[in-house]
Amino acid sequence: MAESWKQLVKRNLWTENQVVRQILGICSSLAVTNLMANSLVMGLGLTFVTALSGLTLSLLRNLIPRRIRMIVQTLVIAAYVILVDLIIKAALPDISKALGPYVALIITNCIIMGRAEAYAQKNPPVASMLDGFFAGIGYTLVLLLIALIREALGFGTIFGYNVNLLGLDTWTIMVMPPSAFFLIGILIWLVSNVQEKKKNPAGKPGPAKR
Amino acid sequence: MSGAPPISPIIIFFASILTSNMILSNFLGMCSFISVSNEYKTASGLGKAVSLVMILTMAINYAIYHFLVLPLGLEYIQYIIYIIVIAASVQVIEMAMDRFLPDLYLKLGIFLPLITVNCAILGITLFMVIRQYTFLQAMLFAAGSGLGWWLAISALAAIREKMARSKLPRGLAGPGIAFIITGLMALAFIGLSGVFAVQ
Repeated sequence: MAESWKQLVKRNLWTENQVVRQILGICSSLAVTNLMANSLVMGLGLTFVTALSGLTLSLLRNLIPRRIRMIVQTLVIAAYVILVDLIIKAALPDISKALGPYVALIITNCIIMGRAEAYAQKNPPVASMLDGFFAGIGYTLVLLLIALIREALGFGTIFGYNVNLLGLDTWTIMVMPPSAFFLIGILIWLVSNVQEKKKNPAGKPGPAKR
Repeated sequence: MSGAPPISPIIIFFASILTSNMILSNFLGMCSFISVSNEYKTASGLGKAVSLVMILTMAINYAIYHFLVLPLGLEYIQYIIYIIVIAASVQVIEMAMDRFLPDLYLKLGIFLPLITVNCAILGITLFMVIRQYTFLQAMLFAAGSGLGWWLAISALAAIREKMARSKLPRGLAGPGIAFIITGLMALAFIGLSGVFAVQ
């Protein structure tokens, strides 16, 4: 392994977090985050698929012809997603209904494809599995954070438990789509500010980006 | 939703452009929406390509769902079938364009493979299955969703082109501000939701 355990975990959870740094897998991270429980299920489902597809594709990486590798990757991913979908349908029928098409849409989630292309292509199976696993955990954490804010302000609950003890008015807007865009925009802003500061503590402006 | 009274296809068409826009209210196709919206021309080109693929794959997937998946009881592997259809039809469109419309192909060339992993394409097929649309409803839903996606990405790209010269707080430039703008656009589109709703 070229990088140590710690580096791998830190890279996936923080410096190259798939959602807030790489801007991948946004579709589902916005759509399911109005409730904590949905986000947790979605995040764990994605983690499972990313880890196992990383493992499988890394095992197969020398057998797949380059020209058709995209379609093979998609098929492997789709197979695991079907597994997750069936499990969620059987064990948690209510949440499955609430998530609707978004579980199946894990197939086209760019995180999984991105990990398969960028990491599992050239790394041994176990490392690829860990990489996929922690990429998924990084995604889950961001999802839970956004869901925490949206559920607490929108419904006054956390995981369905009432935390609105003062009986304040809830903000309907937090449950609606625009707030998800605002929150993720702000989160990206905060994270990139913190990381920039670490890079050049003098506070010099970084390279101009668009 | 099979028990609900049928919704007029015309309403579905306009609702999927405006009030239940694929990007602004269903969050589908975000990856390319954020990363390919720096320039109006390319964004609009991608929008057109996505609309085209949406209409084509919807027709094929509708036929597959009703004549293959349902009669043979293949629901458990339907996702694999749909994604193969999408990948294959993107490939076919790419080859056909290369042969018959070389100009357009050169313009869109790099985006076509990206469309396969655009969640909006798979998304509309899944919505069609979940909401049990009829053929006419499904086709107008696909056309409306495509137009809505095109509208949203063109609008965002046009705004971002204007923004290129303005000063932004450090760290917010790039994707951060794109999300904030999208949020504002979504708010504006919610204003229309009194006109017609589909869900």
